[in-house]
Amino acid sequence: MQDRIEQSIEINAPVERVWRALTDHNEFGEWFRANLDGPFKVGEVTRGQITYPGYEHLEWVAIIKKMEHERLFAFAWCPGSRDSDLDPSTEPQTLVEFKLEATRDGTRLLISESGFSALPSDRRADAFRENSKGWEEQAKNIAAYVET
Amino acid sequence: MSRPEPEKSIPELTSVFTALGDATRLELVARLGSGQPRSIVQLAEGLEITHQGVTKHLRVLEKAGLVMSERSGREKHYRCVPEPINDARTYLDTVAEQWDAALLRLKKFVER
Repeated sequence: MQDRIEQSIEINAPVERVWRALTDHNEFGEWFRANLDGPFKVGEVTRGQITYPGYEHLEWVAIIKKMEHERLFAFAWCPGSRDSDLDPSTEPQTLVEFKLEATRDGTRLLISESGFSALPSDRRADAFRENSKGWEEQAKNIAAYVET
Repeated sequence: MSRPEPEKSIPELTSVFTALGDATRLELVARLGSGQPRSIVQLAEGLEITHQGVTKHLRVLEKAGLVMSERSGREKHYRCVPEPINDARTYLDTVAEQWDAALLRLKKFVER
């Protein structure tokens, strides 16, 4: 069994637009729903607060791993953390990778997250509990949105 | 929409992921997947490791709650416990669904 998930999406916007939405911390925060404290730089930590309704008590703590212009953006983060002082260089993390490919209509974006076996169970348990709460409702909202 | 709290306590998934992250152990779980209890000798058949090696792997699986052992005469038989695998799969499904939702928000954001 793989402790890894993969998702992809086709976006009708050029690669440079998607790249900016991923790597500009303000733009990232807008769609991801987080208030981030500073720009993304390789090797540096970004912190912030999740703003997604119902998840506001969770912290965003990530260390940027790779920024290969318009191709690959990767960070290691500590999902489900409630501790704003957490040091992501020593804490167990999962690795999130965004890969961008130009297509005729715009961009194919692939995302993977891996390394769940390393997460401490209390944090995973938190994420698990939080996630299982709101998802069904959220899925309904999204379905309603994309179908209109 | 009603969202009942899970009745069971949150499972210990760390050891499940770790236990299944090994090719031999994955094979042992697959061999027990039919639900039929098997002995160490039966489980070791065709594997290029000793019975002792198989026993060691089974112990890791047992600790993670993935297999159960029972004595049958002088032999120990192992059987598969499916719940932890299902829990781990559910967890990964949830993570995947969350990213799916985030990617849709990203799409909407850059296409507007």
